[in-house]
Amino acid sequence: MFKALVALTTPLLPEDYLSLVDPLWSTTELRGRVVAVRRETARATTLVIRPGRAWTGHRAGQYVRIGVDVDGVRHWRTYSLSGPEGGQDITITVQAVADGLVSRHLVDATPVGTIVRLEPAAGDFVLPSPVPSKLLMITAGSGITPVMSMLRTLGDHPDVVVLHSAPTADGVIFADELRARGAVVRHTGEQGRLDLAELDVRCPDWREREAYVCGPAGLLDAATAHWADHLDRLHVERFTPPARSAGGEGGTVCFGDREVDVDGGASLLEAGEDAGVLLPSGCRMGICFSCVLPLRDGQVRDLRTGEIHGEPGDLVQTCISGATGTARLDLPTT
Amino acid sequence: MTAVLDTPTGTPTPPVRTVASRPSPVAAGLTAAQVEELGRRLDAIRDRVVASRGADDAAYIHSVIRKQRYLEIGGRALLFAGVLPPAWVAGTAMLAASKILENMELGHNVMHGQWDWMRDPKIHSTTWEWDNTSPAAAWKYTHNYEHHTYTNVVGRDRDVGYGILRMSDEQPWRPYYLGNPLWNALLATFFQWGVALHDLEAEKIASGEKSLKSIWPQLKAIGRKMRRQFTKDYLVFPALAGPFFLPVLAGNATANLVRNLWSHAIIFCGHFPDGAVQFTEEQLADETRGQWYLRQMLGSANLDGGPLFHLMTGNLSFQIEHHLFPDLPSNRYAEIAPEVRALCAEYGLEYTTGPLWKQYGQVLRTINRLALPPRVAGSPPASR
Ligand SMILES: Cc1cc2nc3c(=O)[nH]c(=O)nc-3n(C[C@H](O)[C@H](O)[C@H](O)COP(=O)(O)OP(=O)(O)OC[C@H]3O[C@@H](n4cnc5c(N)ncnc54)[C@H](O)[C@@H]3O)c2cc1C
Ligand code: FES
Repeated sequence: MFKALVALTTPLLPEDYLSLVDPLWSTTELRGRVVAVRRETARATTLVIRPGRAWTGHRAGQYVRIGVDVDGVRHWRTYSLSGPEGGQDITITVQAVADGLVSRHLVDATPVGTIVRLEPAAGDFVLPSPVPSKLLMITAGSGITPVMSMLRTLGDHPDVVVLHSAPTADGVIFADELRARGAVVRHTGEQGRLDLAELDVRCPDWREREAYVCGPAGLLDAATAHWADHLDRLHVERFTPPARSAGGEGGTVCFGDREVDVDGGASLLEAGEDAGVLLPSGCRMGICFSCVLPLRDGQVRDLRTGEIHGEPGDLVQTCISGATGTARLDLPTT
Repeated sequence: MTAVLDTPTGTPTPPVRTVASRPSPVAAGLTAAQVEELGRRLDAIRDRVVASRGADDAAYIHSVIRKQRYLEIGGRALLFAGVLPPAWVAGTAMLAASKILENMELGHNVMHGQWDWMRDPKIHSTTWEWDNTSPAAAWKYTHNYEHHTYTNVVGRDRDVGYGILRMSDEQPWRPYYLGNPLWNALLATFFQWGVALHDLEAEKIASGEKSLKSIWPQLKAIGRKMRRQFTKDYLVFPALAGPFFLPVLAGNATANLVRNLWSHAIIFCGHFPDGAVQFTEEQLADETRGQWYLRQMLGSANLDGGPLFHLMTGNLSFQIEHHLFPDLPSNRYAEIAPEVRALCAEYGLEYTTGPLWKQYGQVLRTINRLALPPRVAGSPPASR
C-alpha cells in the first residue's frame, strides 16, 4: 500500500504532501506542535507539546532533544521533560540563559502552534522500579525539571525529601507546587548556597535514601564528593552546554578515527588529504558542496569570513573550513 | 580555497583571453590588482547576504514549496476531469507550472546548497531528489562541480553543447554538426532525458576516457530514476483515472514537454546569447579568486522580466549573480543585481542582459551559424 502511494509521489514521499494538512503526520521526522505556553517565572516558561504519533512516551526524569528554528536556522538542544509519565502531551520547562540563543527563543518567542522537531526521550536519570521507599531530591535552578517529572509521576509518595535552591523567591520555578508538595526551598540570594554538610541536620538518613541531584556543575561536583562512599545511591543529571570553540586558528581535527593537526590557514580538506585521509571533494572553493562531512562535535572556522560555527550534526564544507581548537568529523560510509 | 596567483603587480595582464569566436571582453583593460579588488568587493556583497539570511528567507522557501505542492495536487486533480477541455488545459498548465517550479526554483537551487544554512534535512542539498529523470547525485557532480567551476571553458564545461551540439567556434566542425538546429530541437524536447544522459559523460566513453564498466552503477541509478518518473506520469496516474487514461497521459506528457522546452530555453539563455564569453583551458591555469569571479560575470547572461518571470526561471534570469554566488538563496539575487551591475559599469565590464525573446533569438542564431563550417558561416556577430 505504502509502496503504491510512493509510486504516486516519487521522488517525494506521501508525507511531504500530507504534511501540508498536518505537519505532525510526518513518518520520517518526529515532530511536535506547541499547544500551550505557561509562564513560570520572569525567565522561565513551560511549553506543552503534542508529539506526532511516533512518540513512544518517556520515563520520569528523561530528557528530549528538540529541534527549534531560530531565525530560519534549525538548532537542537536538550530539555528534561517536566510533566508526569503518560498522557498525550509532553512538557518542557526552559529557563533563559543569558545570551542563550535557543532558551531565550523558547521562553519569549515561541507561540502556540509552533512546530518543533523531536527525538525519542532518552536518559537514565530515572527512578528504579520498584520505586524506593525513601527518596532525596536536591535541585537548583532549572535543575528542578526532571525531578518535577518524578514528583508528578510519584503522586503522593510517602517519603520524599526535596531540597530546592533558587537565587530569589521570584525566580523559583514551580514555587506553588513545590510548596504544596512539602519541598524545602532555599533562596540562595539571602541564605547562601546549600552546604551538603547540612544534610546531617536536614535529612539525617540521607545515606539510606536513593538520591537524585540536578543543578549547576558546582552542586553536582559537590554531591559526587559528598556521596563518595555511597555512589550507588547517587543519581545526577548534568545540563552540560555543548562544546564551544575558544576561538583561534588551527587545531586538532579527527576524521573518523584519524587525528590530524591542522594549521591556522589550512583547510580541513587540504590538511586531511595531506595526512592521507581519503576525502570527497569537487571545486575546492566552496561552491559545489561535494566535500561536506557531518560534524560530530566541536566547531570549525569559515576561512572566507572567519566565522566560527558548528553544532553536532551540521554538515561542514571541508574545503573552506579551517580548524579552531578540536573537532571531530564523520567520514562517509561508502 | 583557491591558490592566489603571484602576478607581478602593475603588469596589465589581461586576466582572461577569449576564444576566437567571441568578442574580446573589455576586461582586457583591467590590471591584476583591479581584478582582485573586484573580487574583494564581490566577496563583501556575499558576506553581507550571508550575514543577513534569516526567518524571511526561510518563510520564502517554505512558501514556494507549499505553492508548488498545491499546484501539483490541483493540476493532477483537474486532469482527472480532463475530458472537459477547460479542465484539461487548466490542469496541464498547473502541472507544468508545478514541474517548472520544482525543477528550477526548488530542485536546482536546493541542490546548490542555497538553503543548507537552515539545517533542515528536508530542504537540503544532500537529501533533495527532484522531479526529473536525472538523479540528484549525478546532477550535482556535472552541474555544481563541473559546470559551475569550469563555466564556459570549452572542453571542460560540458554544458557547452551537452556533448551533442556545437556551441563554440573552438569546437572543430564536423559534418555531424550540420544537424545542429535539429539536435537542439530534439534536446529541447527531451531535455530532462538529455540532462540525465549528459551526466553519464557518454562522449568520454567514445573517446576511451571512461570504460563502459565504470559507468554501469551510474547507468543503473539513472535507469531506476527514469523508470520511477516514467511510471508515475505515464502509467500510474493515467491508470488511476480509469476511463480517462488518455487525457491524463496527454496532460502529463504535455506538462513535461512544456517544462523541457522552458528550462532548455532559460538555461541556454544563461551562457550562449551574444556577449557571453567563452574561455580556453589554458586560461584556467592558476586562476585567482578574482579571475574566477570575472570569468563567471563575463560568461553569463541575465534575462529581463518581472517577479513572476524571475520565479518561473528559478531566478536563473539572474544567471550572472547565480554564477558569482551559486550558494546564496535565490530570492536574494534580485536584491544584489543592481550592485553587481554597478560594479560592472565601474570596471567597464559588459553586463549582458535582455528580454527572453531577444536572448533566445541570439542563441538560436548561433546554433544555426555553428552548424556550418567556419569558412561558410563567417565570423561571429560583433559585440555591441
Ligand atoms: C540532559 C540535559 C537536560 C537539560 N534540561 C534543561 C531543562 O530542563 N531546562 C533548561 O532550561 N535547560 C536544560 N538544559 C540546558 C539546555 O540544553 C541548553 O543548554 C540551554 O537552554 C542553553 O541553550 P541556549 O541555546 O539558550 O544557549 P547557547 O546559545 O547555546 O549558549 C549561550 C551561553 O550560555 C552558556 N550555556 C549554555 N547552556 C548552559 C548550561 N546548561 N549551563 C551553563 N551555561 C550554559 C554557553 O556556554 C554560552 O556561553 C538541559 C541540558 C541537558 C544536557
Ligand atoms: S569541494 Fe566544492 S564546496 Fe567544497
